[in-house]
Amino acid sequence: MSNIVNAIYNIRQFDELAHRDSFIHQLHPLAKLLATLVYTVLLVSYDKYATIALLPFVFFPVFVAAAAKIPAGPLLKRLLYIEPMIVGIGLLNPLFDHGTTTVLGYAVSSGWLIFISIVLKGSLAVASALLLIATTGMNGIALSLRKMKVPKIFVLQLMLTYRYISVLSEEAARTMQAYALRAFNPKGLKREVWGPLLGQILLRTIDRAQRVYDAMCLRGFTGEYNTGKASRPGLGDLLYVMSWGTFFVASRAVNLPLWLGNLLTGAAK
Amino acid sequence: MHIADALLSPAVGGAMWAATAGVAAYSIKKVKEDIDQKKIPLMGVMGAFIFAAQMINFSIPGTGSSGHLGGGLMLAILLGPYAGFLTMASILTIQALFFADGGLLALGSNIFNLGLFTCFLVYPLIYKKIIGKEFSAKRIMIASIVAAVVGLQLGAFGVVLETLFSGKTELPFGTFVLLMQPIHLAIGIVEGLVTAAVISFVWKARPEILEKASLNQPLGNLSLKKVMIGLAAVSVFTGAVLSWFASSHPDGLEWSMFKTSGSEELESTDPTHEKLAAVREKTAFLPDYGFKAAEGEPANEAAKEKWPAINVGTSVSGLVGGSMTLLLAAFMGFLVRALGKPQKRAEQ
Repeated sequence: MSNIVNAIYNIRQFDELAHRDSFIHQLHPLAKLLATLVYTVLLVSYDKYATIALLPFVFFPVFVAAAAKIPAGPLLKRLLYIEPMIVGIGLLNPLFDHGTTTVLGYAVSSGWLIFISIVLKGSLAVASALLLIATTGMNGIALSLRKMKVPKIFVLQLMLTYRYISVLSEEAARTMQAYALRAFNPKGLKREVWGPLLGQILLRTIDRAQRVYDAMCLRGFTGEYNTGKASRPGLGDLLYVMSWGTFFVASRAVNLPLWLGNLLTGAAK
Repeated sequence: MHIADALLSPAVGGAMWAATAGVAAYSIKKVKEDIDQKKIPLMGVMGAFIFAAQMINFSIPGTGSSGHLGGGLMLAILLGPYAGFLTMASILTIQALFFADGGLLALGSNIFNLGLFTCFLVYPLIYKKIIGKEFSAKRIMIASIVAAVVGLQLGAFGVVLETLFSGKTELPFGTFVLLMQPIHLAIGIVEGLVTAAVISFVWKARPEILEKASLNQPLGNLSLKKVMIGLAAVSVFTGAVLSWFASSHPDGLEWSMFKTSGSEELESTDPTHEKLAAVREKTAFLPDYGFKAAEGEPANEAAKEKWPAINVGTSVSGLVGGSMTLLLAAFMGFLVRALGKPQKRAEQ
């Protein structure tokens, strides 16, 4: 039950972060979405042994978090939350892969190399997605989806789902609290109450949908849902996407950390 | 069961995105057809309901542990397959954004694994067939459990295949399957029991809700055909990727790709070869490692860098020919898969 309350809190927290004001927040949502997508695709396009070459990709989340003044605390907490899944799958690699490969002239276990690569890629991809929502907000995402010609029905449906998550989560949390107070059971719902309890919430949900729909009709709903200001992407937005895109492609094409290392140590190049 | 970005390659992630977008576009078309304005708010609120319900833990009988609902099957039952699929897609989108479950690239795969199997395969082919024309407590129970178990098994298998084709981990196929399938069998049974319990309750309390939902979507042959086409498209992509993996391992193509993309390339002392490789890298989309079409190229690079150094010039052409053969083999695999897979699916 506590995780319902946590979830509501987390959603609201990220929503509030999206209401801050910064250079990043003011960018067009579409620009931020595109930059994040390009980032993710190029990030995962590295081969499975890539570790050092991945490092320039740390710049993007760090820059966005810093420029948008997103506190590191909530971000890292969310990241830690998802980490067990990434580590879990990654950790199996050293068990199955006993080979060795050479990195910078040293022989290392290829299983562990894959593990490090997976954890790096996973954490960076997750961080960039979280930063997207923390700087853009759900309305912004909906707006950019419309710009990308995603059908109205889906965007509308996404927005309504989002709007009612906190309402229904609160209802579920209340029901669960009532259940917990009556039946002491720390390990989840007992089998006998699965149907009645969830079913009750479901019926209330359906009735609520009816009332929501009536209310929407009274306010002139005609199948359209207006998602905030319909601004157009400007030159700044274009520059933002282009410069990050160039950086990502350059980092992908050249092993920047190694190049830098050679430059600094004066090795032959 | 959310698959993470880190485990996917752009090719697999992109293919799954394409397949999911196709199915979503088709679903949107179908939902628009029965233009019931009421349905959209209902879908939205139902999505929020499943989202909230996923956070309630159910005790797993006899184990002392607990699990939670997936919800794809329940959405299909209550809203019909098309609206159910779209609702599942929006739930997963919000989870990817706010909770970092999966990731943006993995979103396509997650919607596919958790939404498509439940809404378009298991619901019409298993759930509806068992329920038949009339609801009864027993039928609801059997149909829900069988459908949930099969749906989750397919979803888990989807995760295994997508991870495997991406080649980001060294997990042997057999071991991964043995890890994924049994655990999702347990989860599937609980999901089935929960779904059955809720649906039975709704059926007793407000039967008209279920009847309305099941009447709303006539699922003729046409719609299934479209889904099969979607599946065929996916098999095409995955088939192509698979054959490349199968054929690249034995001859060490992958090894040479690592050599070219990793640190080793800088050891090359010949400036012309280095420049050539650099140009190649810059012009190729996703250089070194990425889409299937680019696979031949790293081999060429390897040839340019390494073979001349040990004076076996003719090997270059041998390698180019070899890569061409591999590409043709991959194309063959892609054709065979495209023709073979849909029929297999239909038998299930």
